[in-house]
Amino acid sequence: MKNVEKGWEPRILAFLCNWCSYAGADLTGISRIQYPPNVRIVRVPCSGRVNPYYIIKALQCGWDGVLVSGCHPGDCHYISGNLVARRRFAVLKDLLEYVGIEPARVNFSWVSAAEGGKFASVVTEVVNEVKALGPAKRLVKVRIEWKNLKNR
Amino acid sequence: MANIRDQCSWVHMHEHEAATEKAKDLVRMAVAKARVIEPLKRVSLGVTSRGLVIGGGLAGITAALALAKQGFEVDLVEKNNELGGFLRKIHYTLENDDTEEYLKTMIDNVYSNELIKVFLNAKVEHVSGYVGNFKTTVSINSGSDVRRELEHGIIIVATGGEEYQPTEYLYGKDSRVLTHPELENRIMMGPTPKFGNVVMIQCVGSRNNEHPYCSRMCCGEAVKNSLKIKEKDPMANVYVLYRDMRTYGLMEEHYRRAREAGVIFIRYEEESKPKVAQTKSKGKNGLQVSVFEPTIQEDIIIDADLVVLSAAIVPSQENEKLAKMLKVPLNEDGFFLEAHAKLRPVDFATEGIFVCGMAHSPKPIRESISQAKAAVSRACTLLTKDTIEAEGIIATVNPGRCTACELCMLVCAYNAIEIEETKRGKTAKVNSALCKGCGACAATCRCSAIDVKGFTDDQINSIIVALR
Ligand code: FES
Repeated sequence: MKNVEKGWEPRILAFLCNWCSYAGADLTGISRIQYPPNVRIVRVPCSGRVNPYYIIKALQCGWDGVLVSGCHPGDCHYISGNLVARRRFAVLKDLLEYVGIEPARVNFSWVSAAEGGKFASVVTEVVNEVKALGPAKRLVKVRIEWKNLKNR
Repeated sequence: MANIRDQCSWVHMHEHEAATEKAKDLVRMAVAKARVIEPLKRVSLGVTSRGLVIGGGLAGITAALALAKQGFEVDLVEKNNELGGFLRKIHYTLENDDTEEYLKTMIDNVYSNELIKVFLNAKVEHVSGYVGNFKTTVSINSGSDVRRELEHGIIIVATGGEEYQPTEYLYGKDSRVLTHPELENRIMMGPTPKFGNVVMIQCVGSRNNEHPYCSRMCCGEAVKNSLKIKEKDPMANVYVLYRDMRTYGLMEEHYRRAREAGVIFIRYEEESKPKVAQTKSKGKNGLQVSVFEPTIQEDIIIDADLVVLSAAIVPSQENEKLAKMLKVPLNEDGFFLEAHAKLRPVDFATEGIFVCGMAHSPKPIRESISQAKAAVSRACTLLTKDTIEAEGIIATVNPGRCTACELCMLVCAYNAIEIEETKRGKTAKVNSALCKGCGACAATCRCSAIDVKGFTDDQINSIIVALR
């Protein structure tokens, strides 16, 4: 990795739907499964609630990666919110790639309320991938303060 | 809420500093949202004080009777042509209760209770509505197909479990290889036969890759039936081949009794499963079981007259379809998953829907009964109310921004949005009784004209920028 300050750790913002992935993340805790502490979770009612603007805003604010996770296709608590989200994010990803954002920075996954282990592995994977990419540069307007990870 | 326990301290147990900083961030983010929250207006909704119980096995019957005892009308929907479910296959318990008699009395009570309406050969086809006001379509197949619309305030899921059909140990190929319910039938048919050498094999279809869970009742069943055999025919030799004896709680007492009665327990390991083979000597067809005993590191060979398998309990095949209809989750094994194992053990995350019995996980009779009663007492906290407050998390439209492009209508799964003609032109309008607050419309709107109470753009934005 070049030009990366020493001890740099990626900052990931995760949007989790209330009914599956957020509950799955709770189960990860209840099961005491460990994952890297680089993620900050935002609870949303459904992955369909996630406006593409939030993702762009997050990148502008200096989050190095974004994860959106919802119920498995067919399992959305609101019938089809996750399908709407999937269509929306397919377009968004193309756009982001076009403007030079590495595809691995923006991730979507399905994690059910029963998949505590899967949540941990999704997070670990995203953290590792973003780590390999280095800090986000494109779109970034302000870098967020992230004290803990500076001098680790 | 800053979710620090489940999503921070428990998942970063060895990274104290980073976890502490993360906790602070989570608090910052929560505070950022809290600064811009507004009170949610909750509309109050009427409650249909009637229950729906899906599944007429032990748990379902217990639940229906308990609801009726509290004075509520109940619809009990059973897919088969009789009530009783799995319990029909069981004749007595470890504690020597007469389950046949018990079940018969329960079923009589159901039919004689005028608050309970039983639908046999009935399947749930469609569920709509929300807590306090569900509408369920049931199709009843009695010669011709009839459809009924049921209205009720709560749903109790008691669809039970099924017995795994073994493919191993010559089951189905040799009539001397039985499952426990089949053995019980044979015992109950009387006059008692001479049993000779009986070998029971535990964990058949349980605790393997396909069904990683423990079926929880088979150890008790094996102890129960070995005691029964010893009681009927003291000369019989009973061998139980087990991986771990899991006669938990008070069942342990009966495990001890079985050992005292001379039942021989032999451990085997998952990698070296017992083998059952047909043999032929002096024109006699024998059945031979060999098992590798890990302590003496040698094979033990038993000539068996009967081999009895402890078949796993597997989730009902209809679980998946029903789970989708109810919008409730299944766990990795295919059983219904409660909202929280400790805090909400019989609730689903979706309000007004509860679970009990083997639909939830394999369990012995007593546990099914207590769980059914627990589900009813939770259900009654809703049914006893005249009105309940509906979720205040719904979408709202700012007509000043709306261009009536109808994109929101396209993504709304509940048909909750209409275009309305107003003095100042067309605008989208959200029907607050239908809206569930998923936010698909808000995220689709090109003009930011729709927002979701409790998860507004402003609030989520504040979280995103909170750590700048
Ligand atoms: S509720 Fe989980 S994705 Fe819609």
